[in-house]
Amino acid sequence: MIRVVRSAVIDAPIERVWAVLRDFNSHTAWHPAIAESAIENDEPSDQIGCVRSFSLKDGNHIREQLLALSDNDYVSTYCILDATLPLSRYVATVQLKRITDGERTFWHWQSTFDTPRGREQEFADLVGKGVYEGGFEGLRSYLRRRPQGRVPGTPAIAGSSGSMATEGVVAARFGNADVLEPRSLQAPAPGPGEVRIRQTAIGVNYLDVYVRKGEVRLIEPPAPLGLEAAGEVLDVGDGVAHLLPGDRVAYACLPPGAYLGVRTLPAAQAVLLPDDIDDETAAAVMLKGMTAEYLLHRTHRLRAGETVLVHAAAGGVGLLLCQWAKALGARVIGTVSSEDKARAARAAGCDFVVVGRDYRFAAAVHEASGGRGADVIYDGLGEAAARENLEALALCGHWVCYGHASGPIERLRVEELGAKSVTFSSPVLFHHTADRAVLTDMASRTFEALRQGTIRLDIRHRYPLTAAAQAHRDLESRTTIGPLILLP
Amino acid sequence: MIKVYTSTVIEAPAEQVWGRIRDFNGLPNWTPFVADSRIEGGQPSDRIGCVRNFRLKDGGTIREQLLTLSDYDFQCSYSILESPMGVDNYVATLKLTPVTDGNRTFAEWWAEFDCAPEREGQLARDIGQGVFQAAFDSLKTLMRR
Repeated sequence: MIRVVRSAVIDAPIERVWAVLRDFNSHTAWHPAIAESAIENDEPSDQIGCVRSFSLKDGNHIREQLLALSDNDYVSTYCILDATLPLSRYVATVQLKRITDGERTFWHWQSTFDTPRGREQEFADLVGKGVYEGGFEGLRSYLRRRPQGRVPGTPAIAGSSGSMATEGVVAARFGNADVLEPRSLQAPAPGPGEVRIRQTAIGVNYLDVYVRKGEVRLIEPPAPLGLEAAGEVLDVGDGVAHLLPGDRVAYACLPPGAYLGVRTLPAAQAVLLPDDIDDETAAAVMLKGMTAEYLLHRTHRLRAGETVLVHAAAGGVGLLLCQWAKALGARVIGTVSSEDKARAARAAGCDFVVVGRDYRFAAAVHEASGGRGADVIYDGLGEAAARENLEALALCGHWVCYGHASGPIERLRVEELGAKSVTFSSPVLFHHTADRAVLTDMASRTFEALRQGTIRLDIRHRYPLTAAAQAHRDLESRTTIGPLILLP
Repeated sequence: MIKVYTSTVIEAPAEQVWGRIRDFNGLPNWTPFVADSRIEGGQPSDRIGCVRNFRLKDGGTIREQLLTLSDYDFQCSYSILESPMGVDNYVATLKLTPVTDGNRTFAEWWAEFDCAPEREGQLARDIGQGVFQAAFDSLKTLMRR
């Protein structure tokens, strides 16, 4: 009895590798030694007992039967029924395992068989090197291959450079919402490490307003705005193994440029969407949901029993912060500008809501917390709320300023923090998502929170992409509740 | 019962990695969080059933019993007898598998245990990232030298 074992590391997530290997008849597509193959009797290729009948490029012919297949353990076991090669009692097992620190896969391939005396080494090499090692390389290049024109519905590619015409909305210059203009733009073919996505939904964020005004200098007009979207992969550049055409993906990243029908961007920023997360939800939750995730778990590790003050509690991030903080066992106080928004904030789990447009809330926070004040403030308001925030904080409280809808905080003296041992944080989402492992962790926790019902999205504001200017006007008028999305 | 699973690839042959981690009393030599360790009753550290009693750098003491040690499979499993972590029926396994392509090592470490339902998420992260991944990271650095 000969035993052959080979193993390798594949630079792609286990789901991607398994999607190929679980298909018992896929080897013609990726294995360099296979000439042609068919499943006998038209059986499905995941039918236990099915037989693949195939010929090798060297002219040999083999029939193999699928003995076991497990989507749970990522295992496939099969045997040779008959072959023109002298291999008998051949049983092989392919097993994949997840490499949890990085999106890679461990692939273990082993078999036992008999062969005529004196030819053991010859066939051990044929199987180990020719079949298994050749298969590792074949699958690697199959996953790296740049598929061309394989996605149904892909528009004709314009120009010799492979760029694709697409509609978009640009800020023609810095200014009010009127500077947003629809334009016809190009989505270049993906270069190394890039992916091109047909976008189906685009998230609108208050940060887009800052960028449009030039307050946060992230673009040089004319240039498209937008930081998050969801859609379908059209094609990928060299060296991208974790995505394939047809994959549903979403992203939230810099630089701006999401207000497009088709966009090309670094593939490392795109995360695969689980089947149960739809495109609109993903486009609305990537930036805001991952922001809530890191604010509640990384910037400040929120503990049960703490008092949280959430400003703009009915805003895109605010609603998610309220829901998630409540689920973590915190006492949640929110500030909003209208009764309508107060109802939305209460429905999101706010225990106490301060309604007003005058940025006066410190007294109400102390009252609602039995005089203690807020242990942590999630502040997207900035300057207009700064003095009241200091007033509203508990001793040793944590002031987390992640936005400045009313303008940047102009002056904050260290002594003012010291007066209450206040910790001040000014965190930025993109510093967290720069590390892909952190990004995928944040995204999967956000999707899990959606799945568990810990956070819920009620998308009430949808606009055609070309109406982005109206979306901005509505957002700035402080009349919207929850997320806004654009539909290309 | 929840399961925590952590895995990685170490850039060294499995025999060498196993040589570094095989000693059940050797946690201080390769993990970043163990201050000191001893085997109770003066037993050899590769005797099945022996108990390692070690102190964490942050102060807690843990007693763990060796359940399996296989030089053939490069595998070690153990249970927790006493710990400050608040887990029950805790059994963990550390296993190495050679990666023939590149002569590297695929390392897996998993644990199954019971705990209060509201602590599951935090404990899973603390053990998966704080213990297993942290130890793997330290081991990777050591094996590079």
